[in-house]
Amino acid sequence: MSTPPTHALAARNRRQFRNIHVTQIVRYRLPPSGWVSILHRVSGAALFLLLPLLLWLFDLSLMSELSFARLQEAASHGFVKLVLLGAIWAFLHHLVAGVRYLLLDLQVGIDKRAARKSAIAVLAISLPLTLLAALPLFGVV
Amino acid sequence: MSPPGRPKGESPSAQREGSPVSTRSQMDTQGIGVGRLVVGAHYGLSNYLLQRLTAVVLAVYVLLLGGVLLFTRDLSYVGWAGLFAPLWMKVVSLIAMAALLYHAWIGVKDIWMDYVKHTGVRLALLTLTVLWLLFCAVWSVQILWRV
Repeated sequence: MSTPPTHALAARNRRQFRNIHVTQIVRYRLPPSGWVSILHRVSGAALFLLLPLLLWLFDLSLMSELSFARLQEAASHGFVKLVLLGAIWAFLHHLVAGVRYLLLDLQVGIDKRAARKSAIAVLAISLPLTLLAALPLFGVV
Repeated sequence: MSPPGRPKGESPSAQREGSPVSTRSQMDTQGIGVGRLVVGAHYGLSNYLLQRLTAVVLAVYVLLLGGVLLFTRDLSYVGWAGLFAPLWMKVVSLIAMAALLYHAWIGVKDIWMDYVKHTGVRLALLTLTVLWLLFCAVWSVQILWRV
């Protein structure tokens, strides 16, 4: 065996790459793209977990006039409203961030500066839209 | 744990193609680069593409539905249920629901594969996810065709 290639030596001097545990995430400072990324996963998981509730509400909304009224009554509870607002945020974030990822896949805005800007744009769109949805939901307007 | 990739010269593709060892990238030993040894079940690319295809279907469906709702501004039961009354709307909605469930399957599968290390637990979660999504598929047929 001859001397190892130079890149192998360089790799040995660096700290070895490893996956971090979920609980370590809070100690890491993420760039905007990192936040959008992990929130994309969180919102997707949330939508999956909320799927039975959303399907049940969809069922109530379509079954009959009576169930439609029951839906309106169920949605008037504060806790249900809070869960619905969570679902609305998850949906909006997942949609807007998803459009960003589709564009990135098409190689639109993949340089560092543009990607940072678009990540901030995702948050700047999804969060105000969530707020906009919260206003009528909680009867402010 | 052995590192991915094989020592130089042992790659089966290198022997098959008969390329000289000296021209093969040193990356080969790292399991990355052009000469890497490709292993796995090869469902990754089709899953990647279907994840995006279903995402586009869902985005189009949701934006159209949202557009119609904003346009009609009829949020009474008659208006809402009337939207889902025509057969074509049921079919389109069911296609969107199928896209949603497959999209969810790929995403949730990735989450289990990333975080759940115990094979038995992971297998159980994957199985439950499939069963649950199939249940949701049947449920959404019932919901849509009851209108």
